[in-house]
Amino acid sequence: MAYEVVIGLEVHTELKTESKIFCGCSTKFGADQNTNVCPVCLGLPGVLPVFNTKVLEFAVRTGLALNCEILPFSKFDRKNYYYPDLPKNFQTSQYDLPIAVNGYLDIEVNGETRRINITRVHMEEDAGKLVHAGSITKSEYALVDYNRTGVPLLEIVSEPDIRSADEAKAYLEKLKAILQYIDVSDCKMEEGSLRCDANISLRPAGATYLGTKSELKNLNSFKAVQRGLEYEVLRQTEVLEEGGKVVQETRTWDEGRGITASMRSKEQAHDYRYFPEPDLVPIVVDPVWIEDIRKKLPELPDARRARLINDHNLSSYDAGMITSSRAMADYFDNTLKAGADAKTAANWLMGEVSKHLNLSNCEVEDCPVTPEKLVELTKLLDKGTISGKIAKTVFEEMWSSGKDAATIVKEQGLVQISDEGAIIAVIEAVIAANPQSVADFQAGKDRAIGFLVGQVMKQTKGRANPEVVNKLLRERM
Amino acid sequence: MELYKLSAHELRKKLQAKEVSAVEVAEAVYNRVDAVEDTVQAYISLTREAALAEARRVDEKIKTGQAILPLAGIPGALKDNICVKGTRTTCGSKILANYVPPYDATVTRKLAEQDTVIIGKANLDEFAMGSSTENSAFKVSRNPWDTDTVPGGSSGGSAAAVAAAEAVWALGSDTGGSIRLPAAFCGVVGLKPTYGRVSRYGLVAYASSLDQIGPITRDVTDCALVMNAIAGYDPLDSTSINAPTPDYTKALVPDIRGLKIGLPKEYFVAGMDPEVERAVYAAIEQLKALGAEYKEVSMPHTEYALATYYMVATAEASSNLARYVGVGFGYRGEGSDIIAMSKKSRTEGFGEEVRRRIMLGNYALSSGYYDAYYLKALKVRTLIKRDFDKAFEDVDVLAAPIAPTTAFKIGEKVDDPLAMYLQDVCTVPVNLAGVPAISLPCGFKDHMPIGLQIIGKPLGEETILRAAYAFEQNNDYYKRLAPLGRA
Repeated sequence: MAYEVVIGLEVHTELKTESKIFCGCSTKFGADQNTNVCPVCLGLPGVLPVFNTKVLEFAVRTGLALNCEILPFSKFDRKNYYYPDLPKNFQTSQYDLPIAVNGYLDIEVNGETRRINITRVHMEEDAGKLVHAGSITKSEYALVDYNRTGVPLLEIVSEPDIRSADEAKAYLEKLKAILQYIDVSDCKMEEGSLRCDANISLRPAGATYLGTKSELKNLNSFKAVQRGLEYEVLRQTEVLEEGGKVVQETRTWDEGRGITASMRSKEQAHDYRYFPEPDLVPIVVDPVWIEDIRKKLPELPDARRARLINDHNLSSYDAGMITSSRAMADYFDNTLKAGADAKTAANWLMGEVSKHLNLSNCEVEDCPVTPEKLVELTKLLDKGTISGKIAKTVFEEMWSSGKDAATIVKEQGLVQISDEGAIIAVIEAVIAANPQSVADFQAGKDRAIGFLVGQVMKQTKGRANPEVVNKLLRERM
Repeated sequence: MELYKLSAHELRKKLQAKEVSAVEVAEAVYNRVDAVEDTVQAYISLTREAALAEARRVDEKIKTGQAILPLAGIPGALKDNICVKGTRTTCGSKILANYVPPYDATVTRKLAEQDTVIIGKANLDEFAMGSSTENSAFKVSRNPWDTDTVPGGSSGGSAAAVAAAEAVWALGSDTGGSIRLPAAFCGVVGLKPTYGRVSRYGLVAYASSLDQIGPITRDVTDCALVMNAIAGYDPLDSTSINAPTPDYTKALVPDIRGLKIGLPKEYFVAGMDPEVERAVYAAIEQLKALGAEYKEVSMPHTEYALATYYMVATAEASSNLARYVGVGFGYRGEGSDIIAMSKKSRTEGFGEEVRRRIMLGNYALSSGYYDAYYLKALKVRTLIKRDFDKAFEDVDVLAAPIAPTTAFKIGEKVDDPLAMYLQDVCTVPVNLAGVPAISLPCGFKDHMPIGLQIIGKPLGEETILRAAYAFEQNNDYYKRLAPLGRA
């Protein structure tokens, strides 16, 4: 039987506010253990929370960017469960009246646009972190680092509208891009500022009911989300095809073994005993303020992509790649401001820039070759001062030394040789040394000229203008 | 007259006139504590050194001719669920027996800014859960009017300390009557302010939506003085009311002509001690004689208040007390893993009544029961609040008993939690509605004090203080001192 995959994602994202959600402690990542703490986030007896309204602003901004309705009256609730990284043994979260509901985002998979509906966006506090000495299974004890306790989180819950692991990945990438565009989160999965749990079930193709789901946890990278879901599709398909029933349970993704394993069954599920947080007052948002935030929203990925396609004639693919992160898109826009031709800039960005970013594991914000410097390089190329091949060498040198293109070209004598007189001597020597290739060319093997051009370039250390070389070679033969 | 017997406003005059020093006052109170504490058992801990140091600072100010604030150098006690930085704050529980807060409650800070002298931390029912102070893990406080009876609870240590002149004033906390009941049983004045009038920051939570700190004093004037020191908006408490704080002593005018008093008939419950009922009615007649008018009013949802209270309060408590697992602070039981350790810490650290209320609260919130219990209780709470709103359309204040009886014998109700809960039947509706109420002595039955309750509109503290002051000034109950013996 053919099955349809049904996936819903619950994404947690840490907001990059200066201070925590209910106290004044810093949210800075990587501080010494238990230094960003105070009586409030430690949950000491007698303390009370005070809501950081910056969190509300970020939540509203997110809700609007995800096309949600902002609830004019929302509230906090307590989610009660015992865990040593949670100092109060309840998490202040939102239950039945979240800040934003009924949104969506559009993703593109295999050239097709799909709309994924978003159920809700709610605000909550993060928990601390358990630190085990040695390995988690062998450690005699665990220590708790409360620095993360009270860092503001948004939970973004999708409808079960996602139909494949690829779509799940596309949804996450799009969501990450939007959150970065509106500057509410760093979305670094490796630092835990973006986390994802997935609900997945199968049903016979064409059915409208929902099958029994499993909930996947410990998906710590985009790759893990995709692989975990792919594994779960196979596992559930096998269970169903053998006539079995999928058990409702929480499963954890084991990255090392590449499988999911059962964590707890439905019967062991927590009863969170939610009730309204009595230490905080309900949140009433002014519609004028909401509109003000809406007006100040930056251009979002879809709009930006459309602009690159319509105004700058980029291909849909190139525009999609460039706008997949705000930093990349900003880099691109800055090259345009510095006078670059759009297509040239796009090629460099998708080519050398991306290649070097990947190789050195560097974020585009930290790219040593600034948009302005890149444009200087492309202008040297346009003017014919250097050849395309040399340009790549210069780029590498710019990347490693931080020097600008003109300096490198001058210091290393990389100016292109276009003077025919200077090239002819080399060409004649190459023709004399390669009679077979010359014969091949003369016999009609046009491709043989490539080898000869290469020889000339080699002898001029790449500096000869390839067009001039080509022209002169043809004339001589 | 011995210094310890004087009220705050009397002592202030003597300090200002340099008739006595603050150190002499503090020492007089500590001498009194040394003499009677074995009998009364009001305190969990005494903070003698810090108190005398503070008194010396006040004396220095007086000596150098600086103006002193109204409560400067006046010794008081804090209920031991109010945090004082560096001073053990136990909540009357084994689980916090050695807990020393690294921060001050807002009221602690405000009192320090007033240069008050803190004598010590007063006994209470564990986590403020109880009506007799018998639920303390450390000691059973005694009623200074008859040491075989309870002082009431949960602020029993605070009320007993004031009644026994072991403190001039005290702070208590009131979640369902915990200031007013012990004030009534011990023949002193106790005020539960409007919810949000006094900051809860640093008050160890029992039931967040009901808890409120308030004064316990010898007379109404002192009550107003302490209110002046502790009331006011606090940005650290999101539920605190952002309204200007009046000078409560300005309300102390013995003129209640035209004051409209409502008598909620449902508060005069069946099974009430007839002598208590007579004393309360007599007090109301006296208020009438002083120029007030009264009429009977009906508050039809009163009979559901106790059940509602025990759903709301225990639900909140089950969550508020979840943090006591021996991880970051407090008593830690031995266990082979985190679950065993938490269970052991809680089983050994909490007393029976606290465990009972945690169980009840978890039950009320659990899936499948939430709608029938907790949600229903919230709805009834709204109806109870409406009863008050409606009554206050016609009257300025409500007058009622505090409790159906005078103080009962130690041990009499410990094995019957429901009988104990019934002590709160006249006080819990006030907390559910969030309105202010004062308890003041209005007579005696067999030498045991009887309390009159005057309930006000939200932020109506001045009106109830005025009514209480008028009544007090026309009687001499507040002048009588507890005998500190057996009846």
